[in-house]
Amino acid sequence: MSTRKNERKGASLKILNMHIPSHILMIFWVFIALFPVYLLIINSFKQRMAIYSNPFGLPSVWTLDNYIYVVQGGNFFQYFFNSITVVVVSLATILLLGSLAGYALAHWRTRLSRGIYFFFILGMMLPIKIATIRLLELMKIFDLFNTLWSLFFVYIAMGMPTAVFILTEFIHGLPRDLYEAAYIDGAPRSKIYYGIVLPLIKPALATVGIYNLVPIWNDLWFPLIFITQEDKKTVLLAVTRLQGQYSTDWPRVFALLTLSALPVILLYLSMSKQFVTGLTAGAVKG
Amino acid sequence: MQTTVQRKTSSKNRLNPGGRYWIWYILPALLMYCLFMAYPMLDSVRLSLYEGTTGARTFVGFANYVRLFTDPEVSARFWGAFRNTWVFFAYHMLVQNVLGMLFAVVLTNRTMKGRQFYQTVVFIPCTIAVMVTGYLFKLILNPQFAGPTLRSMGLGFLVKPWLGSEKTALNVISLVSVWQWVGIPTMMFVAGLQGISEDLLEAADIAGANSWQTFWYIKYPLLLPVVGMIAILTFVSNFNAFDIIYAMATPDGAPNYSTDLIGSLFYRYGVAGKHPIGIPEPGVGAAISTAVFFMLLAGVVPTLRATQGKE
Repeated sequence: MSTRKNERKGASLKILNMHIPSHILMIFWVFIALFPVYLLIINSFKQRMAIYSNPFGLPSVWTLDNYIYVVQGGNFFQYFFNSITVVVVSLATILLLGSLAGYALAHWRTRLSRGIYFFFILGMMLPIKIATIRLLELMKIFDLFNTLWSLFFVYIAMGMPTAVFILTEFIHGLPRDLYEAAYIDGAPRSKIYYGIVLPLIKPALATVGIYNLVPIWNDLWFPLIFITQEDKKTVLLAVTRLQGQYSTDWPRVFALLTLSALPVILLYLSMSKQFVTGLTAGAVKG
Repeated sequence: MQTTVQRKTSSKNRLNPGGRYWIWYILPALLMYCLFMAYPMLDSVRLSLYEGTTGARTFVGFANYVRLFTDPEVSARFWGAFRNTWVFFAYHMLVQNVLGMLFAVVLTNRTMKGRQFYQTVVFIPCTIAVMVTGYLFKLILNPQFAGPTLRSMGLGFLVKPWLGSEKTALNVISLVSVWQWVGIPTMMFVAGLQGISEDLLEAADIAGANSWQTFWYIKYPLLLPVVGMIAILTFVSNFNAFDIIYAMATPDGAPNYSTDLIGSLFYRYGVAGKHPIGIPEPGVGAAISTAVFFMLLAGVVPTLRATQGKE
């Protein structure tokens, strides 16, 4: 730190550039942000009674029993599999439909296409939750109640406005020569879409993907309302049963909470840049 | 919808095939969006004028609204939830968004070290499910959990039934939500601040402006569109907040409805049915969501006008 030179303003700037109050503020917040997460993880490795005598410290005896119990009891793998299926199917469809529509809306520019585009964008400001009453009836009419299909459709619809917005703008900003040349050579538009456009828009697809991934994985509302059948439940629905089920066995509760939170946290830590752009891409959060 | 496209074929040439071609690319997305979002949203407005569910539905005019706003029992719940939601929103605006701006100003200081690390950490809670956060804090705040240890450390004043008291529950839940979401405004402000021209800040520096003046006269006015955007996002998400109440206070907004938000009220009346009986009233639920819909419009449109300005 002391090697930084700033000859113009002299030594006092060196101290100023250490930003001591800023570091104090941020370290304070790092503590606030991480302490609950630390408690979550650390207490999931403790024995049942150890939690009351030693809530804040590391476990004196580390145990995996809580995890083993949680994973073996109930349909944990089924819940996990359901959550992953919902995320993968919804995301893949959002990206496919969104990029097709974005490709068209970036090239076809008339009053009508602008109207359609605006109609999509309107949905960014309005939370889909206010459609719940009608959606619930629709799912029952289509016989989708208690199926993962009900979740696919809602999440795909929910993802469309931002997907169309981000992808249209991104494709519109690409240099046209890249694919117009191929078109003049006689390549059909559809071939240009998957041969040239899709590879070029990977960064925007990543943004849209992450923007939708976290809210879908973390959504409680629609599974809670559409799914009552045991083998169709998602991980978060399993967490809701904590109210009663293990209410006296806290380390097991901590273990289940850790299991449902850790996948996203780890994914975030491994690609934090994409996460931050994705999640701040400018629309409504969960 | 697709038949109206045909008129525009004059723009059709080799390079631009026109609407009759492009509409096929748009149709799948448009269908999904209409069927599962736009239509049910609009139709919920219509349903607010009916009573009962599919098959046994009768038109009742504005009876659901009258019930919602004037019936002694229902309106007490509605206005209670309405007030609580504003308190919840105020916490997010005044604590979350102000902290977010403070963090962003600190974290865009070029000469500061470790900014990447701080940014990463600030954002971690945003990736956790609200449900999980809710349960986690419910356990941590439980006097049984750390009570004895805190007392032995001389921190006994921290041991209180925070979530059991009508006076503190809503405040504590709001702060937990702030803890979780402060990363979003932080990152949006960071992006906004990074977009401010370096020359401008240098000019201010040469003119002798201190860092507070630079913030107030240069950064803040330029950030105004971001401020507006964040205000809208906060407003929309707070008026739909549900998970945190469900996890920390049950859908009844315990204790004694003191943490009941519009989101949990909607769930109870429209979807789950009220506590003792459990028969939902879709009409009243639709009336609540319609009221929210118009409140959001009334809040969002003027904010957009005021902050998104000349562009």
